[in-house]
Amino acid sequence: MSTTISAERLQRFNRRKRTNTIATTLAMAAMAFGLFWLGWILWETLRLGLGGLSVATFTQMTPPPNEAGGLLNAIYGSFVMVALATFVGTPVGVFAGIYLAEYETQGWLAVVTRFVNDILLSAPSIVAGLFIYSVVVSQFKSFSAAAGVLALALIVIPVVIRTTENMLLLVPAGLREAAYALGTPKWKVITLITMKAARAGVITGVLLAVARIAGETAPLLFTALSNQFWTSSLGEPMASLPVTIFKFAMSPYENWQQLAWAGVFLITLAVLALNILARVITREKH
Amino acid sequence: MLSTVSAAEKTKIAVKDLNFYYGKFHALKGINLTIPENRVTAFIGPSGCGKSTLLRVFNRMFELYPEQRAEGQILLDGQNILTSKEDVALLRAKVGMVFQKPTPFPMSIYDNIAFGVKLFEKLNTTDMEERVEWALRKAALWTEVKDKLKQSGSSLSGGQQQRLCIARGIAIKPEVLLLDEPCSALDPISTAKVEELIVELKSDYTVLIVTHNMQQAARCSDYTAYMYLGDLVEFGQTEQMFFKPTRQETEDYITGRFG
Repeated sequence: MSTTISAERLQRFNRRKRTNTIATTLAMAAMAFGLFWLGWILWETLRLGLGGLSVATFTQMTPPPNEAGGLLNAIYGSFVMVALATFVGTPVGVFAGIYLAEYETQGWLAVVTRFVNDILLSAPSIVAGLFIYSVVVSQFKSFSAAAGVLALALIVIPVVIRTTENMLLLVPAGLREAAYALGTPKWKVITLITMKAARAGVITGVLLAVARIAGETAPLLFTALSNQFWTSSLGEPMASLPVTIFKFAMSPYENWQQLAWAGVFLITLAVLALNILARVITREKH
Repeated sequence: MLSTVSAAEKTKIAVKDLNFYYGKFHALKGINLTIPENRVTAFIGPSGCGKSTLLRVFNRMFELYPEQRAEGQILLDGQNILTSKEDVALLRAKVGMVFQKPTPFPMSIYDNIAFGVKLFEKLNTTDMEERVEWALRKAALWTEVKDKLKQSGSSLSGGQQQRLCIARGIAIKPEVLLLDEPCSALDPISTAKVEELIVELKSDYTVLIVTHNMQQAARCSDYTAYMYLGDLVEFGQTEQMFFKPTRQETEDYITGRFG
């Protein structure tokens, strides 16, 4: 009796082991497939980007065709517009996220806000560009860096709202209750306890939003446009890395194409750095 | 309901016709109870009987959740806290609570204790340090943490975290302390320390403790309330409840024949 059971068990065990091997192999193959393309993209970026990179890239303006030059105005423009968009979008997103997680979690306003936010989150970024084009650019009859900032901020806000809300909801209810049990007023519970517990996650969300807009081209095409020359005025068209890459990569001029690759390399590097930073912050325990 | 509080006791909390609802669910059914001052009162009963629910009415913790509702009267020193205009934060400063799971705040051990104190008192550094040490000593944690007060509260072990939460609760010097199964996550040694602490605390505080541990109720409480399915079945002096309960249900539960 016992031998028949063990024979049957052995058979089942072997079948389980086979299934496991097949599933593991499939998972590994899927991973290898994904990594292969990612590795290739990174390799090409590195190979072509490093070739185009030189000191002039960081010290000279975007050149006319077939002349020497760099990407300084585009780097500066990207930096300024991404920084300002983050500066504008983060407070709005964080406060809205706090509202959804701590104040109105179930009411109709929260439900509507969450729904609209989900749409914004998945809307193509060109929609943000066209919207700012119609309400800002066409009103002022001029492309401007300020309009670019607004378009990028529109992309930052839904990402930050979503991560802030999710991170606050991950804070255990017990921690919140313990804070209230001491007689802590609501605003102090939020600022000193729950936001503090969720801080790493919220910062990560902001960094990922920065990484996302750093490479956005579409929202800038209709707003900040581009600029061959240096400008620090927010009222004028401003160059940015993605738009410059878009323009240069499509051109027939070899020096422009090389600069485009250098720009791609710089953006990839920046996004990679932001992602690693986000990981490090999340891993850190308070 | 049979209730025997000896006449010499001074009433701290009086519960009158208390009904409690989770949405439509009737969780507490017409509770009447008087809780004496400077005594330890234990609440026992099977899971879901409403003992934790009752505890969470005493500091109006249930109000955090809009679907929860209490009807009736809870008189704290004669004042009905359910209809009082007093700020709920001031009530919670008077009626402290320690939860089943340890919940250290995301800050240092020192700040965990100082946090609550700062809400209601303005102390200079020396006084605050004294208060923190006092609270940690009371919770039998001082010797273990005195050299690492700047470290994060969550770096402590589970038992230490729970004693940290008890220290945090007593640091603001409440009048009533609600303990919701404070030892369920603790090892026997930490449990013994907390029980000693509970007995010691009653000279200054009125302590209410919810526990699943019959021996714990017998060891450290003066009065015991037995609850079942939202009803208060029996309430009386712990000795009498354990040796000569009036109700058959109480005896069955205490002796382990039921529950």
